[in-house]
Amino acid sequence: MSHDPHDDHHHPKAHGRDFDEGPPSEYEIMSRAMQELLEAKGVISAEQIRRRMEQFEQDFPHRGAKVIAHAWADAAFRRRLLEDGKAACAQFGLDLEADRLIAVENTPQVHNVIVCTLCSCYPRALLGMPPTWYKSENYRKRVVREPRAVLREFGTVIPDDVTVRVHDSNADMRYVVVPMRPAGTEGWSEEKLAGIITRDSLVGVTVPKA
Amino acid sequence: MKASAYTDAPARRFDVGDRVRVKRSFPPGHRRTPHYIRGKHGVVERVCGVFPNPEELAYGFDGEPKRVLYRVRFKQTEVWPDYAGPERDWIEIEIYEHWLEKA
Repeated sequence: MSHDPHDDHHHPKAHGRDFDEGPPSEYEIMSRAMQELLEAKGVISAEQIRRRMEQFEQDFPHRGAKVIAHAWADAAFRRRLLEDGKAACAQFGLDLEADRLIAVENTPQVHNVIVCTLCSCYPRALLGMPPTWYKSENYRKRVVREPRAVLREFGTVIPDDVTVRVHDSNADMRYVVVPMRPAGTEGWSEEKLAGIITRDSLVGVTVPKA
Repeated sequence: MKASAYTDAPARRFDVGDRVRVKRSFPPGHRRTPHYIRGKHGVVERVCGVFPNPEELAYGFDGEPKRVLYRVRFKQTEVWPDYAGPERDWIEIEIYEHWLEKA
């Protein structure tokens, strides 16, 4: 379930505006009008739509933290995850369905950050629903051309001697960042490690802290 | 380390490390190649595999013939002449083969 028709690539004009600012776009209005019509005709109810959205959250909860905690604890798994994200997740008992996953690793020399400039492609099967800021035009436009400034707004300062690698998730791949395991977490259980691995750190706008 | 390809692309035109240029072309319709990257020079970072052509899928066709998808790495200072960060920063993006030419 990587392709949600509401924010897939098919309506580039729908992204002329922010999801969180300004008046609704032409496509948002069309989508709302369609929903109202379907409700008025008794084809579907608002309750069914709400329930389906809730179900989606349950089907695809944020499972990334567990995977990354395991990668921190098990070097062989980390290597497999970096080689083939989908296969490594499958082996971990996690079916990513249609998502083909590329895991990118932060190191002392490289910091990774992910965006989809065309719409809001996101590894939903792994991380659940994308946060609103990820879909905002502000983030999508700016993080490709001034990533360091955007990261600073998230409280993440990347020194000039560290490379910033921006990944535009614009086609058929999905991405997850493997953050660096912070000092001071030696001997922690995977469960405890998972507790400091936030969703935002897996998109690369923050880094986990012990 | 072997980078994931998902499907083999034996008939591909480019290999990892090849220097490429994104076509500077502005055809109408559904395109997956963002405007900001058109005309820019980069290096193939990985071969992602072969996928149905999204430019056809978008209009209800079957996406055949399938296209080879690459990840191409660009210097930020090449993409944005006024880039404010250091020379060492990269942007990586997925580009279908028919949008690439040898540089």
